Amino acid sequence: MNTLPQQLANGLFLGSMYGLIAIGYTMVYGIVQLINFAHGEIFMTGGFGALTVWLWLPKGTSMWMAVPLMLIGGAIVSVLIAVGAERFAYRPLRGAPRLAPLITAIGLSLALQQIVFNLYPNAKSNRSFPQLPFGPYHLGSISIQSGDIFLIAAGAVCMTGLAFFVRTSRTGRAMQATAQDPDTARLMGINTDRIIVIAFAIGGLFAAVAGVSYGFKYGNVDYSMGFQAGLKAFTAAVLGGIGNIYGAMLGGVVLGLAEAMATAYISNIPGMEQFGGQAWASVWAFILLILVLLLRPQGLLGERVADRA
Amino acid sequence: MTALLEVEDLKVAYGKIEAVKGISFSVEAGQVVTLIGTNGAGKTTTLRTLSGLLKPSGGRITFDGQPLSGVPAHKIVALGLAHSPEGRHIFPRLTIAENLLLGAFLRTDKAGIDKDVQRAYDLFPILGERRKQAAGTLSGGEQQMLAMGRALMSQPKLLMLDEPSMGLSPIMMQKIMATIAELKAGGTTILLVEQNAQAALSLADQGHVMEIGNIVLSGSGQDLLHDESVRKAYLGED
Repeated sequence: MNTLPQQLANGLFLGSMYGLIAIGYTMVYGIVQLINFAHGEIFMTGGFGALTVWLWLPKGTSMWMAVPLMLIGGAIVSVLIAVGAERFAYRPLRGAPRLAPLITAIGLSLALQQIVFNLYPNAKSNRSFPQLPFGPYHLGSISIQSGDIFLIAAGAVCMTGLAFFVRTSRTGRAMQATAQDPDTARLMGINTDRIIVIAFAIGGLFAAVAGVSYGFKYGNVDYSMGFQAGLKAFTAAVLGGIGNIYGAMLGGVVLGLAEAMATAYISNIPGMEQFGGQAWASVWAFILLILVLLLRPQGLLGERVADRA
Repeated sequence: MTALLEVEDLKVAYGKIEAVKGISFSVEAGQVVTLIGTNGAGKTTTLRTLSGLLKPSGGRITFDGQPLSGVPAHKIVALGLAHSPEGRHIFPRLTIAENLLLGAFLRTDKAGIDKDVQRAYDLFPILGERRKQAAGTLSGGEQQMLAMGRALMSQPKLLMLDEPSMGLSPIMMQKIMATIAELKAGGTTILLVEQNAQAALSLADQGHVMEIGNIVLSGSGQDLLHDESVRKAYLGED
């Protein structure tokens, strides 16, 4: 049986999740040149926020009711943490040497993991997440799970919405201006502090959507899920060209596809038998990152119009 | 009647280094005032402080009757003080049209904005021809036109131009200077910083010569243009 269509689909689903998380890295980096290494945990807390809402809801609530409420709950938690981190951890360090906010981000990442680990009931092991009551569907040789459908739909809505917002709205134009030249943006009357908060909030919102999708896809959430996913999403952002939102989307999909392909087919290459399978997926993902950094350090879409002096 | 812009004993320091050491000058509505002087005299620092990008370490700035101390940059624009920065600083990856719209960021009168975009295209036809092009693809002179057009989009009471002729070909420089003269004739109040003293002084009602953080000489544009020490120091005569 030809497994290629199924693997391509798997790659696309995984890539959509990476892309959703990568948006948060790339938008924040594009505006304040900060790698927010706590972003993986913002994704994780989004999943837990949604789970909390689910546990609050009376037993037997229809999923059609529950899903929007879970999304709202996850989004509130993630956005509050993202915006709070900006306000209280990163803003005081603006203008400090680059290393200071970076270390702060790593510290925040560990703190958030440990807070959930220690304080969320039973979070020391995986918490099972509710499942969507439809699917799996079969499309020719491809089997699609309900979580994947949710992921791809949510991803598409978020990405087109963001592209539309950035391109056409006044605030979107102000975000682009702030990313390109913050001082001059202020001369235009743009409150750049507000723009930075909006960038963190959008990143948090998308991370929450990704966190809920993760729960639906894998059937559980756990306190450490943000580490790997965050690292992959960061890779996707760099792969696509950090600072570029289309790059984050593309980088996510490319990374997802590469992982799926490597997992399924590397072992078919003579002499590479032992390097296939899920265990090696991340290795291939990061090898791809290294290759891109060597051959095209600005990332896939990182090309810039020359700034003439 | 008080001046539109009143600067009193303004001091600005970068860390311990004082770049502006207590200067005073004023700009009346309708006037063109120029600050001339060599590199490092503190001209750009003065403008960046007036527009709120730098915090003064002492002195007073009053614009249109309102003290500017502690007012953040994005609110100073709203008061009617526009700044076309040194080095042009257009947004390279946005189109020309988008750059102009950003100049009108705080305005909400859609019809008026459209009219002023058109006025910028009339003033600089090349911008109109290339309105959908990324601004980073423009030549230096065209970028300068865009920076000036963008600053005008906020309908400023005072337009500050920092080195508009820097790095331009002689023809382009003439064009920019002619545009400034045109704006002046139209009644725009301008604070002009220039290294091209000849061009700046011939346009200006008032001129101030800056040297390492101080104003060392002030007078009408014509007086300074004929002042012997100015001719020696800045107009290349001996």
